[in-house]
Amino acid sequence: MSSYRIQGATADWEVVIGLEVHAQVISNAKLFSGASTEFGAEPNAQVSLVDAAMPGMLPTINGECVRQAVRTGLALGAQINKFSVFDRKNYFYADLPQGYQISQFKHPVVGEGTVTLDLESGTTKEVGVERIHLEQDAGKSMHDQHPQFTYVDLNRSGVALMEIVSMPDMRSPDEAGAYLTKLRTILRYIGSCDGNMEQGSMRADVNVSVRKPGDALGTRCEIKNVNSIRFVRQAIEVEARRQVDIIEAGGTIDQETRLFDPVKAETRSMRSKEEAHDYRYFPDPDLLPLEFDDAFIEAARESLPELPDDKKARFMEALGLNDYNASVLVAENESSDYFETLVAALAKATGKSPTDIAVKASNWLTGDLFGALNKASKPITESPVSAEQGADLLALVEDGTISGRIAKDVFEIMFETGKDAGTIVEEKGLKQVSDTGEIEKIIDEIIAANPGQLEQYRAGKDKLLGFFVGQVMKATQGKANPGVVNKLLKPKLDG
Amino acid sequence: MSDLTTLKIAEARDLLRKGDLTARELTEAHIAAVDAADSLNAYIEKTPEIALGQADAADARIKVGNAKGMTGIPIGIKDLFATKGVHTQACSHILDGFKPEYESTVTQNLWDDGAVMLGKLNMDEFAMGSSNETSYYGPVKNPWRAKGSNSDFVPGGSSGGSVTSVAGYAAMGATASDTGGSIRQPAAFTGTFGMKPTYGRCSRFGMVAFASSLDQAGPITRDVRDGAIMLESMSGFDPKDSTSVDVPVPNFEAALTGDIRGMKIGIPQEYHLAGMPGEIEALWHQGIEWMKAAGAEVVDINLPHTKYALPTYYIVAPAEASSNLARYDGVRYGLRNVPENGGLTDMYEATRAAGFGEEVKRRIMIGTYVLSAGYYDAYYLKAQKVRQLIYDDFKRAFEKVDAILTPTAPSAAFAFGEKSDDPLAMYLNDVFTVPASLAGLPGSSVPAGLSADGLPLGLQVLGKAWDEETVLKVSGVIEEAAAFTSQPDLWWR
Repeated sequence: MSSYRIQGATADWEVVIGLEVHAQVISNAKLFSGASTEFGAEPNAQVSLVDAAMPGMLPTINGECVRQAVRTGLALGAQINKFSVFDRKNYFYADLPQGYQISQFKHPVVGEGTVTLDLESGTTKEVGVERIHLEQDAGKSMHDQHPQFTYVDLNRSGVALMEIVSMPDMRSPDEAGAYLTKLRTILRYIGSCDGNMEQGSMRADVNVSVRKPGDALGTRCEIKNVNSIRFVRQAIEVEARRQVDIIEAGGTIDQETRLFDPVKAETRSMRSKEEAHDYRYFPDPDLLPLEFDDAFIEAARESLPELPDDKKARFMEALGLNDYNASVLVAENESSDYFETLVAALAKATGKSPTDIAVKASNWLTGDLFGALNKASKPITESPVSAEQGADLLALVEDGTISGRIAKDVFEIMFETGKDAGTIVEEKGLKQVSDTGEIEKIIDEIIAANPGQLEQYRAGKDKLLGFFVGQVMKATQGKANPGVVNKLLKPKLDG
Repeated sequence: MSDLTTLKIAEARDLLRKGDLTARELTEAHIAAVDAADSLNAYIEKTPEIALGQADAADARIKVGNAKGMTGIPIGIKDLFATKGVHTQACSHILDGFKPEYESTVTQNLWDDGAVMLGKLNMDEFAMGSSNETSYYGPVKNPWRAKGSNSDFVPGGSSGGSVTSVAGYAAMGATASDTGGSIRQPAAFTGTFGMKPTYGRCSRFGMVAFASSLDQAGPITRDVRDGAIMLESMSGFDPKDSTSVDVPVPNFEAALTGDIRGMKIGIPQEYHLAGMPGEIEALWHQGIEWMKAAGAEVVDINLPHTKYALPTYYIVAPAEASSNLARYDGVRYGLRNVPENGGLTDMYEATRAAGFGEEVKRRIMIGTYVLSAGYYDAYYLKAQKVRQLIYDDFKRAFEKVDAILTPTAPSAAFAFGEKSDDPLAMYLNDVFTVPASLAGLPGSSVPAGLSADGLPLGLQVLGKAWDEETVLKVSGVIEEAAAFTSQPDLWWR
């Protein structure tokens, strides 16, 4: 249970959150027309006669969008409805050419499912999904292009959205953030939505209410179209605070639609209950009910990749990774792919079993590589060091060719230049020196050059061992194999 | 005026194939007839140049032996069907200036078969009406006049231009559409043959929508054989219309065997309306006798929910229309009225107030009301349930009979203004045609006789879903028995 509370003057308040996520379906064509869905085209370049609602034009369902919704439902362990119905949601707006949005009202394609949240505390929490339905996106009104007129871009008009409706199961901004993060991870894994909130292909309507813990649910307000996880968290905080302040001042909450203003950090009323639309939903007579069979569902199921929760469990159980490393690696498919390639290549190069080298590989990946990528603001897909190159580097450490310390220097050069580890080690002469004769000769020279320290050491100042090791490493520019140095140095100092 | 305009499609087809007639000759004769019929107001846009181009292409096609039934046949197109680059406004002011970039599937099918377009035909605005009095382009006159009278009658509706062009020898056939009777009732009023096929037989793609679950295209012709030829050309599965059904299109003309021996013809007792004119009852009785004489067995049947059909229709059709017509908002095409300093809502209000006629507004308001929160269950949902009961009535009846025979309309054509102030009286015109529309069944209207005033009357034949062949076959028998050879005086020429 979340202990997140809004502290009011009279009591501590619990916040109750439900999210409606609009996720743009990855498909080449729109939900009911053949027009392209690619982002960033010139305004109105991707508009079919159907999208523009020309007289006599009819919608025809794009089967790929249905398949993607079913795959998403399966990934959330949800009920798949073999019979569903498209309804018309009627309202007038300039960027809604038909005068109605085709959506699913009473009979959605996907029913109840679950999202498992990975919380900061290392615990998990299950959030219910009430339904997923398919619907058309509207176009875009542009109010800033002309002093008197509003321009309309219909490129987005008719693009397929999945509306993923959660149960009111979240109790803190953190949980809402974790829900969106996890949902986005799953959608990206299965390739049903790219999850790019900044491009608008994933947006959230946030339902917020407050209550004293244990009380019945309060009246909720819906904050429309919040387009980043950070803003969702902020919007919940300020909206919950607003509601608490009203209630504690003796007021009541009006059920209404609000907008979040991130600049002023406040929510504002968009339209009240009185101005609410009567959408006059009714089944779209241009479309037959959507029906498919078990074979369709099974084919969709077979097309699913390993899901993040399963992959994390495998990384922990089969490869021995800790919770943190496993979570970080499965958060994005690209990271876990990199990791798996890295482990396979390293196992091959060293002849060791993956279980023996996976932890080292995950530490290097989540530490060194992620650190460098973060600093360079690069996604892992643009890493200058490939998984194979990373494996070569780690193999050099494993077989003793270079030390762990040198490996960090080599990696820096790799990251800058993209060169292979072997090449760099060769060029810079960074190979570890393990030749006992060579090292012994250096040790003798150093002992001879530092009689004072030797005397003190022999008088019982053990700490001076470190001094002699340091001198040897310095003389070999760090290339001397530390194990060999220790083994040879001690007997000589001890006399 | 050349005799060529009185030819039937089948006759012209045979002459064209024999080389005794060219499509150009036939088309030129019809272009002249179209001009001569201006006073009927059937055409709201003429396309003689397109017609001549298509005629020449048809002649070339006939020469190489690649002719279809409709090759070289001049026809008119109801303004409801999108015709690329040509006036397509469903006879509404709100679609002012609209010329589509696309072609409806039904007209494309006809052009693919070599048909020739004479122009676009008048109709009730958005197909809402039973007298063609709601058109923005003014009413169409029925070519028929009462005996010894010079006053004008309505042609019926909504396909008033379609039937008048055919009855008035200004087209050999015409496309029409039927939502609650808009093919059959005007056909009955003008002595023409009209056929509404099974819902899903003809594609609705490119047909301006009135009520999507009811709208269905069909032909108006001067006889049953022509109707069979033209319907075959218009029909066919279309992946661009989700409600189009992928079933084979039969050779409809081959169904016209004239043999209905042993067939069972149902007579629905609920269609005996109180107060119906005696001559309608008499015509129906005559039809029953013709069926018996042709060797069919006549069976009384019951369609118990018939009395709920009109109220059901006037909930379902306006509900769908209120949503279908939302796209006419002044934003993308057609009429746009913006009051000074007006915003978006002002533009909507001004545009739609000016662009829609009274009947269309009435139905948008009815439809919006029945779909509103708090009324949906009582009206729309209940209407859908009754619609199912009406469908079940027919299903049970068709377990016993092969076809159903009824009058097409409860009266002959009426005078202008007679019912236009009384929507309920106007709606009652569709009392016999609406039930089959709600059930999606095929139905025809066949000219069967004249009223005492000398105006045409029609009989309606209804069939099972996808059994247009039986409807056509029975229609053909009525046509032969009726020997309906009357024709209007060519007073307008």
